[in-house]
Amino acid sequence: MTARPLPQDPMIRSLIAHARQAQLNRRTLLAGAGAGVSALALAACSTGGGGQTKPTPADDKSSSDKTLNWANWAAYIDEDEDGNYPTLVAFTEETGIDVTYDVAVDDNNTYYGKVKDQLALGQDIGADTVCLTDWMVDRWIRFGYTQELNHDNIPNLANLTPALQDPDFDPGRKFSVPWQGGFAGIAWNKDAIPGGLASVEDLWNSELKGRVGVLSEMRDTIGLIMLQNGVDISGEWGDAEFEEANELLREQVESGQVRNIKGQSYLEDLKNEDTLAAIVWSGDITVINAEAGDHWEFAIPTAGGTLWNDNFLVPVGSPRKTNAETLINYYYEPEVAAEVAAWVNYITPVVGAKEAAVAIDPELAENQLIFPNEETLSQAHIFRSLTPAEEQKYQAAFQTILLGS
Amino acid sequence: MAFAAFATAEAQPQVQKRKSRIALFLLLPGILYLVLFFLTPLISLVLTSLQTPAEFGDIGQYDYAFNWQNYVTVVQQYLPHILRSFGYALAATVLALLFSYPLAYFIGVKARRWPLLQSLMLVLVIAPFFISFLLRTLAWKQLLSDESFIITSLKALSLMAPDAHFTGTPAAVIFGLTYNFIPFMTLPLYTTLERLDTRYLEAGSDLYANAFTVFRKITIPLSMPGIVAGTLLTFIPAAGDYVNASRDFLGGPDTQMMGNVIEANFLVLLNYPAAAALSIILMAAILVLVSIYVKRSGTEDLL
Repeated sequence: MTARPLPQDPMIRSLIAHARQAQLNRRTLLAGAGAGVSALALAACSTGGGGQTKPTPADDKSSSDKTLNWANWAAYIDEDEDGNYPTLVAFTEETGIDVTYDVAVDDNNTYYGKVKDQLALGQDIGADTVCLTDWMVDRWIRFGYTQELNHDNIPNLANLTPALQDPDFDPGRKFSVPWQGGFAGIAWNKDAIPGGLASVEDLWNSELKGRVGVLSEMRDTIGLIMLQNGVDISGEWGDAEFEEANELLREQVESGQVRNIKGQSYLEDLKNEDTLAAIVWSGDITVINAEAGDHWEFAIPTAGGTLWNDNFLVPVGSPRKTNAETLINYYYEPEVAAEVAAWVNYITPVVGAKEAAVAIDPELAENQLIFPNEETLSQAHIFRSLTPAEEQKYQAAFQTILLGS
Repeated sequence: MAFAAFATAEAQPQVQKRKSRIALFLLLPGILYLVLFFLTPLISLVLTSLQTPAEFGDIGQYDYAFNWQNYVTVVQQYLPHILRSFGYALAATVLALLFSYPLAYFIGVKARRWPLLQSLMLVLVIAPFFISFLLRTLAWKQLLSDESFIITSLKALSLMAPDAHFTGTPAAVIFGLTYNFIPFMTLPLYTTLERLDTRYLEAGSDLYANAFTVFRKITIPLSMPGIVAGTLLTFIPAAGDYVNASRDFLGGPDTQMMGNVIEANFLVLLNYPAAAALSIILMAAILVLVSIYVKRSGTEDLL
């Protein structure tokens, strides 16, 4: 301020300083009012409303654009020591399609939270294909966030295992194709519990008080408890069966028997022995046994385990659907599927992969967690699809346990 | 005050007018930035918080409405979490102040004679920022796990019950909050204490005040700006923190704070109005608490 020298008197000086500040405040206030109006206009433009209208799929530019973005979960594809993906490199050599493999999904819910607004507007979410779990795929299909697949471009789909050809959320697999699947079951620390565990009931043994973990994925944790209660989770069941399992879990959490309820980070608890036994996903146990010494064992509980699948989808805004279909077709060649299965340790949905795996490693082909036989599969059950109202009700009830009170 | 303002404006109307245009022009980027990245989301948040479930809609589908009952519902449902958030934040702020004050006093006053030591200690205070906050919190989770050296030693010394745990308890969450926000408390305290004129302290003892009285009557009032700034910088983010209390970090099902409830409502339950209403309640509550605090500590001028 070079206006003019301020008076000497400190009192007056401070008064003037205050007044100048007040002026500035009035000015900013006026500007603020103008800004508020424009912000209101902007906010009104944004989405977030009903969104009941389904978006329209993008035009396919695959013939001129030989690239593909694939969003997937961590450690879910074969990887060599240099961080390359051998099967993808081979795919690019074979088809000329350059694939960007993006480990963008670490949780169905957070990924959905990230892309839902773009999906509702039919915009490109930066992924031409993404692998998500059955129940989330169900939601995307219902909302019209996926593109219908052209099966002529996926002749290898004939190799899809018959059990997965007609799920209730996508009969005939018009919108989704399985990538890998797995079991949820129980695992325990072999050093601490040499006798092992057989059922979910064993997790509630008082000797394990405070050392038991369960998954924050409702369908797996509640599914296993319902199976233990003798409910067929794929069949007809309702509020009463759900409530019974949910209350049983609440009791175990509130009594301190269950230490924590976690997503993927439950592995840290197993490793640092905060938990000695837990409800887990099958493939993970193979991975941590390889990483941190052979300390854990996985089993499908005697009353049965849950079986889930992650599926390829083509998001509605992707302009490269044909490229995505070409990729899906490639991964349905039994030799390629066997190569992936040997690395990721999850169940491959491709018929013939087991025979192809014998060539890689005969022992691998006998692993029930990767190539389950009829007997193993009969122990695993798929959690039935929930209606939107049920989904909301059950998730809310389950979350009251996770959030405590 | 108003008179004085008039006087300056009247004296040089030309200059003032031109200046106000320039000032407005210079403010423009700032205003635009605030409109785009603060006001717009805020208004959108308010609008979302008043939405009502769409009729026959699927999960996560809502219509604009004036459903103010959302606020009542979330307060009824999540009152324990709201209280817990502010309780934990308060505990962490007090603990951080107790740890930081002697530290800042040492760096800012006692270590004045050794500038090298002073800068070295400041670097040590800031050093944790060089590593991600998430990684440090995860590291503590490992260090404090049941079979860790710290916990097994405490148990061997009978300072902890044999079947007790630390991770997943309220103590662990408050510990994490305190640990993560200590630099935010130490730095403002340091900047005010560094300017503390030690001659006042000497004058105080010359007037026969004992050390405690000197501290209470001189050091504390003079460092008040630092205390207020530090407590605000700690309390506000701590109340909204959702990392330390998360079940994936130091918390458990009975330590969930407001941030975790908002996260669950937004990501899992797709109850966007509830998440938005809770966010607004959190903001409003912090605003009210902070204004009362600033008013009561009589430091409006110092902010």
